[in-house]
Amino acid sequence: MSTNVTETDRTDLSDKGAASVRFRAVDKAFGSLTVLENLHLDVEPGERVVIIGPSGSGKTTILRVTMTLEHIDAGTIQVGGQHLYHEETSAGSLKAASERHIRKVRSNIGMVFQHFNLFPHMSAIENVMLAPVKVHGTSREEAQHLGMELLAKVGLAEHANHTPGQLSGGQKQRVAIARALATQPSVMLFDEVTSALDPELVGDVLKVLRDIAEEGKTTMMLVTHEMGFAREIADRILMFDKGRVVESGPPSQVLDDPQEDRTRSFLGAVAEH
Amino acid sequence: MADDNHRPEAPPTASDDARPAGTFEFEIEQSHKWYRRPEVLVPVILVVLGLSLLAVVEAPSGRFRSQFTPGRDVSFGWDYFFHLVPQMLRGLYTTARATVLGFLIAASLGLVMALLRRSERPYVSLPAAFVIEFIRSTPILVQMFFAQVLVRATPWLTLNPIVILFIVVGIHYATYASEAYRAGINSVPKGQWEASIALNLDPATKWTRIIIPQAVPNVLPTLGNYLVAAFKDVPIGDAVLSTAGVLFFANTIRADDFRPVEPYLLIGVGFLLVSLPAAWLVRRLEESIEYERD
Repeated sequence: MSTNVTETDRTDLSDKGAASVRFRAVDKAFGSLTVLENLHLDVEPGERVVIIGPSGSGKTTILRVTMTLEHIDAGTIQVGGQHLYHEETSAGSLKAASERHIRKVRSNIGMVFQHFNLFPHMSAIENVMLAPVKVHGTSREEAQHLGMELLAKVGLAEHANHTPGQLSGGQKQRVAIARALATQPSVMLFDEVTSALDPELVGDVLKVLRDIAEEGKTTMMLVTHEMGFAREIADRILMFDKGRVVESGPPSQVLDDPQEDRTRSFLGAVAEH
Repeated sequence: MADDNHRPEAPPTASDDARPAGTFEFEIEQSHKWYRRPEVLVPVILVVLGLSLLAVVEAPSGRFRSQFTPGRDVSFGWDYFFHLVPQMLRGLYTTARATVLGFLIAASLGLVMALLRRSERPYVSLPAAFVIEFIRSTPILVQMFFAQVLVRATPWLTLNPIVILFIVVGIHYATYASEAYRAGINSVPKGQWEASIALNLDPATKWTRIIIPQAVPNVLPTLGNYLVAAFKDVPIGDAVLSTAGVLFFANTIRADDFRPVEPYLLIGVGFLLVSLPAAWLVRRLEESIEYERD
């Protein structure tokens, strides 16, 4: 298979730096169930935003529409100043984006999933190398070097040739993080990345997330139930319920001195177990 | 859920010995391609070899003739039975050859049909679905008659009966194969599609590197079963199109000698000899193809 990379699709893998994400009046419904309602949200470049809230509150959907796994019903999303679902016409108005445009903007975004979603028929290093080689036109040698560097960074260099089936849950998730980092995204989305792990494996994954946060090369949006970790890593915490932001602020405020009843009852329920 | 403590120790790899960070003298193993796995590769190579042999070697003569002139005695006789064996094998060879050529069409056309039917454009997927359902729900016997009269009614089209036969078998089984491919594609977990989006893979890479490598191994056993089924349908062509397969052999002998029991019994044995090993191969394939899911 030759690479199907045209000149315009090719995105530079050099440091792009963190990017902002702006949601404007975003609506999303599944049938009659409204999941996001008139959502306005600004995430600044390099900011680390943790989204908390009860299940079914729409917090995962924010990440999924940002990754274009689900398409929004109304409103706009901008990533790094570029519209994700829209293109600007010469007259200055917005029209629905072509697949090509979406692909271009989407190349700035990376996502790590709750259930890893590694490619089971490829080894760890092949998982990490695939997108750089096929999407970004990186040479195999370069991609391999980058891939080994990333696997070393997540502590799995010696597992490079192992398939996902030979790895533990925590190791799989770290490979998945390395795979997402390999495209050097300006925005990283983490969707409950520790929820499917055995408790004793959570620490390794959180350590990797801390490292990424420290480097500060990317904007991070995280959905998590690890309140201690949220407090430690977040610049800002969003409490989400029924498709709306109930409360937003630094961890010290939202977690320790919540202003809203809904936040208090949610934190109470989380603290109980 | 996997558990670090209960994992067997990973086999030592090249970089197990402590190495200063930043130097990666690492040999990347290329052993996990699905089509390189021996349990997939061996049956596939066997089938392909068999197919090419069948396709290359010239078609045997379609003239069958017994050497006994037994007069009025038509009771069962082993001598008579065994002396027919070489001619039966010749007929069986013709039948197998048509099966294989037809199935080559079916396996490739089936994948195309499956992809067309999955298309997001309704003006592609709806006609594809209609054609597939139409062919699947009409009998191959009728299709064979129809193909014959169609060729006869088309002045500029002259086709050898054996060619008509394997085209009909090919298209008929392509519709079945397409449903198998479709099921295989649908069996690829949703997370794999989502990961492909998240990595921004282009459609060609997504299909050739992610979806098809995971879908096809699951489909191979079903395709194997259809191959055996197609083999059993091909003699219909002998009856309709007078191709010189096993059934034609038995009919000819019966017409010449009025001894029908031996030739028909013999082709039953012939089918058994092919179908049993084929069924064994398919079962082996089924057992060995189990992907470790994420």
